Amino acid sequence: MSTPVQQVSNHVIKKFLWGLVAVVGACAIGGIALQRGESINAMWIVVAAICVYSLGFRFYSAWIAARVLSVDPARATPATRLNNGRDFVPTHRWIVFGHHFAAIAGPGPLVGPTLAAQFGYLPGTLWILVGAVLGGCVQDMVILFLSTRRNGRSLGQMARDELGPVGGYAAIAGTLMIMVILIAVLGLVVVNAMKHSPWATATVAATIPIAILMGFYLRNIRPGRVLEGSLIGVALLLFGVFGGGWIDGHPLLRTWFDLDGPALARCVIAYGFIAAVLPVWVLLAPRDYLSTFLKLGVVVLLAIAVILMQPDLKMPAVTQFVDGTGPIFGGKMFPFLFITIACGAISGFHALISSGTTPKLISTEADIRMVGYGSMVLESSVAVIAMIAATLLDPGVFFAINSAPGFVGATADAAVTTITNWGFPVTAEQMHALAKEMGEATLFGRTGGAPSLAVGMASIFASVTGQGLLALWYHFAIMFEAVFILTTIDAGTRVGRFMVQDALGHLWKRAGETSWYPSVLLSSALAVAGWGYFLYIGVIDPNGGINILWPLFGIANQLLAGIALSVATGILVKQGRLRFAWVTGAPLAWLAIVTTTATWQKVVSPDVRIGFFAAADQLAEKLAAGTLSAQQAAVAPQLIFNQRLDAAIILILTTLLWIVIADMVRTCWRVANDLPVLPTSEVVVPPASNLTSTMESG
Amino acid sequence: MRARLRSLWQLVRELSTDAAYERYLAHHAARHSESTPLNRRDFYLREQQRKWSGVNRCC
Repeated sequence: MSTPVQQVSNHVIKKFLWGLVAVVGACAIGGIALQRGESINAMWIVVAAICVYSLGFRFYSAWIAARVLSVDPARATPATRLNNGRDFVPTHRWIVFGHHFAAIAGPGPLVGPTLAAQFGYLPGTLWILVGAVLGGCVQDMVILFLSTRRNGRSLGQMARDELGPVGGYAAIAGTLMIMVILIAVLGLVVVNAMKHSPWATATVAATIPIAILMGFYLRNIRPGRVLEGSLIGVALLLFGVFGGGWIDGHPLLRTWFDLDGPALARCVIAYGFIAAVLPVWVLLAPRDYLSTFLKLGVVVLLAIAVILMQPDLKMPAVTQFVDGTGPIFGGKMFPFLFITIACGAISGFHALISSGTTPKLISTEADIRMVGYGSMVLESSVAVIAMIAATLLDPGVFFAINSAPGFVGATADAAVTTITNWGFPVTAEQMHALAKEMGEATLFGRTGGAPSLAVGMASIFASVTGQGLLALWYHFAIMFEAVFILTTIDAGTRVGRFMVQDALGHLWKRAGETSWYPSVLLSSALAVAGWGYFLYIGVIDPNGGINILWPLFGIANQLLAGIALSVATGILVKQGRLRFAWVTGAPLAWLAIVTTTATWQKVVSPDVRIGFFAAADQLAEKLAAGTLSAQQAAVAPQLIFNQRLDAAIILILTTLLWIVIADMVRTCWRVANDLPVLPTSEVVVPPASNLTSTMESG
Repeated sequence: MRARLRSLWQLVRELSTDAAYERYLAHHAARHSESTPLNRRDFYLREQQRKWSGVNRCC
């Protein structure tokens, strides 16, 4: 037992230590922001991130839990009250943390920061840190809390219960749209990484039979032994990386895997359809185990490697592209930085997980802080690592890999001249040597972020293991990114299929049956057609497609975050916590400003790299004047239609957001004027199951 | 030390869902002892079906 004197001195020491964390963090951020030399060491960013996350978790999340949400650790959670040994199971907090993190962490935080690195490392890093601590982590934690208090109701259900049917339908429509665009853009990222790369294509293709083999193992040979099955699977995947290299060296075999963009897009579309209709144990479940193991392993390895090697960042803190002329995507830093980096700062998609499986596992409300806020802190640190991996490349090399040929020039000489003229020197020989080291024919114009991230990861890993392994590490990184992108494609298509079936079920009851095969095939085909269309258009677009699809995805994701934050704000106000409503209201306001500005610019901007209509009109004029090549003219009508369709989608998305915000404001206004509102949907816990609570508080 | 390692191993088994079947058996014995529990394979298949019936993976 400690004496009162010891307690006081412990208290003082703790205060002092946290003060130290604050000072070190402030110095690191100051150092990063004021650094204007040739390069800066990545450790500055690592230290700043650790300090910001620690302070946010220790103080802000604790304050929100205690004051804003009034978390009650003694209150019986749905997991304990409704324990059925299946989905409602009281679970240890580290295990819930693991499951929740595995669910929220996808390829988003790797791709977004890589694309946003065109502005320099500073703007993206600051947004990741601030956005996560004040926005994303808060959203995840508050939604997890609200759903736990409502027996694990989903975001859409909570929106309907608390705000009204309008909010509920908007949430469901938003979810479906984001799913379609997300899968299309991720498909495009994989296609661009595999295009004309026999090694990458063969390695990624090998993951499919490996997953099926593992599926049979887990079902027939050793049922449910996930650990050993996954170890075998991961070993086979690593073998697949070697095997891909061997195929690449074989004169005949390599031609089988040397595919162009449209062919690969058709493969991904066919794969998505097959994965959605097969039973989950065949492909989806084993692939997900593999991708989760790889993801954890690679993130840990990468973090260790960054801390061991302490690489210098060669990208400037801020580039001239903040003015909107960036090669990767057009548009100024405000608002486009804030929609390019969604996952890693704030991601609306997480609200679906926080109101899905996770609240049914929480054994005490005291764990909500760690699971909700803590998991997002970890996810955000993945985004910081991706930013480091992207900016440690020579900026000239980074832009050569990530710029579409339609923008910098179709030949190597044209591209290096353009990029060198921007002030980022790079030569065709340098790019050729790099491609050779990585075991690729070319690295020019490999848009989408995955290849440049793989080059960054390979150089970090190879600096530990020796340069001779660069090509292996590169293809390992590509395989790693592809594996969990394909998992998202599988899982997303399946969710899309269920949503389509649900909607069809309203028209014709039989179509809603999830085990009736004609309906399964039809609804899967519809879901795949939705994202397959956008993927195909992205592949044939000479400007790379990413520059159109990624902002669309960012806006859709932020829209979902806006809906989640509206629901949270509305509930806080209904519960008489108006003075704390800014906790979710401020991030909501910021997202509303960002998405609305971005939508406005995407629709009305006369700059053809930003405005959808401007681009469509320009292409239509060129087509009419006959100045396009035969190849360009063949795809022009599709591209023109697509640009106009994108404008319509983005307008619908933003309108949905404002409808939900208006619904929330209406509810708040009624509360303020003592008018009746929908009753709270919070579950009343019977006193019997809440015994410890009354004991402690009474 | 030994106990630590064991609890770490248990954590890994729980995280990988390896331990899910034992937990199910324990729950079944406690609450539904009148009926026969599913075997390991059927339990695994039912759990996969349930797990992948909603939004389970993010971007």
